[in-house]
Amino acid sequence: MAMASLLVLDARDNVAVALESLEAGSRARVAGGALELRDAVPMGHKVALRAIAAGEQVLKYGAVIGRATVDIAQGAHVHVHNLEGLRGRGDRRPGASGQDG
Amino acid sequence: MQPDHFLGYRRPAGDVGVRNHVLLLPTITCANQVAASAATLARGAVFVTHQHGCGQTGRDLEQTMRTFIGYGSNPNVYGVVVCGLGCEAASARIVAEGIARRGGKPVELVLIQESGGTLRAIEDAARAAAWMLQDASELVREQVPVSELVLGTECGGSDACSGISANPAVGSVADRLVDAGGTVLLAETTELIGAEHLLAERAARPEVAQRVYEVIERYEREILATGYDMRGGNPSPGNMAGGLTTIEEKSLGAAHKAGTRPLMDVIPYATRPKTRGLVWMDTPGHDIEQLTGMVAGGAQVVLFTTGRGTPTGCCIAPVLKIATNTATFERLRDNTDVDAGAIVAGTASVEEVGERLYGELVRTCSGRLTRAEVLGHQEFGLWRIGPTL
Repeated sequence: MAMASLLVLDARDNVAVALESLEAGSRARVAGGALELRDAVPMGHKVALRAIAAGEQVLKYGAVIGRATVDIAQGAHVHVHNLEGLRGRGDRRPGASGQDG
Repeated sequence: MQPDHFLGYRRPAGDVGVRNHVLLLPTITCANQVAASAATLARGAVFVTHQHGCGQTGRDLEQTMRTFIGYGSNPNVYGVVVCGLGCEAASARIVAEGIARRGGKPVELVLIQESGGTLRAIEDAARAAAWMLQDASELVREQVPVSELVLGTECGGSDACSGISANPAVGSVADRLVDAGGTVLLAETTELIGAEHLLAERAARPEVAQRVYEVIERYEREILATGYDMRGGNPSPGNMAGGLTTIEEKSLGAAHKAGTRPLMDVIPYATRPKTRGLVWMDTPGHDIEQLTGMVAGGAQVVLFTTGRGTPTGCCIAPVLKIATNTATFERLRDNTDVDAGAIVAGTASVEEVGERLYGELVRTCSGRLTRAEVLGHQEFGLWRIGPTL
């Protein structure tokens, strides 16, 4: 069976999109090479193309989609557990009551 | 038929409809029942229901009135029976006058308090609609260029495939329509937060670029004032299950619907575009409120992409649903018209799916019904921007 592939939308990106659901430990084809998946990644979800340090910007479509909240290893699933948005963050407003409103 | 033409209904004001509806339009919650009941008697008439039209003031009331008048003025509507109670803030009389003035189309007014109660108002509304239906049935479609179209674009229940398959396919249709002299509406201001710089770069004039930043800033300021992280509201839980993590990511995918042509203008909710080409209408991301605003702005047809699947339709305008992935297309076949999943699977290009979608759009404008129309979907939602008094 052919190796499943990851789609890189822009050369500047540090994440790629899984074109089908991938299992942890499997190898996926990406931009002429291959990447070992550290986590199971559902179809459409993102995978780190390289190690991304906590605080570093995450890029997709060649643009910033947010910031890593923890160190992310190459081949790891990138989603709400390790990536946060920077826009519309009312919870970051000084004096905000936060999620408990 | 010539290329880039469809069969439409030319209206007295010169604009062209892709449908020929008689609309029962309540301007207040109290008149919903009259409009709905009259539609069962005057078979073929369509109606909307909503929960507003009174206890409103200022900009909020003005926007609601504008939405009603714009909806009735949509070229897909042959004639309108405006239904009111008689004492509401969103005056049915002013709405009826506004529609008649704008389009020169048949408009009748029925007020429950003047007719003498529910049964008499239903009778009056049904009779007015019945005569309009008979006259409307005589109209014949004629060949018109696609430059007469105002195409609404929308995405709802997005997933990570939206920005890869269905939205770029809609973008290629948008480019083709703009090149043919038509008008394309991009909307959902909330879902452009994080992608505004890309649209500002494409602005035809510096004032338009400035408006792009203004509408985004206003929306983001309102979100920040809530004291919450907008995540959970947008991206929604379904968006997140589909792989979208942040609003920036969702927006960058959503912006692909706009194609690549210059952004000509940024216009307020439920207003008609003043120029052809690509125009941004400032609407919320809420699917139904956005849809209602675009149709009230004169959109005769809507291309609606979905990753998770959605049933949404409109009683006066066809809404073509495009699945971003084949699994959703198969699962929600009842609600979905076109499958863009071949792009993700690598078996078709964006241009190929865009070409197919353009063909489907033209056929729909010439009269082919969408799944949402066949199933009777007629969602309607007003964007409220003030308190209920």
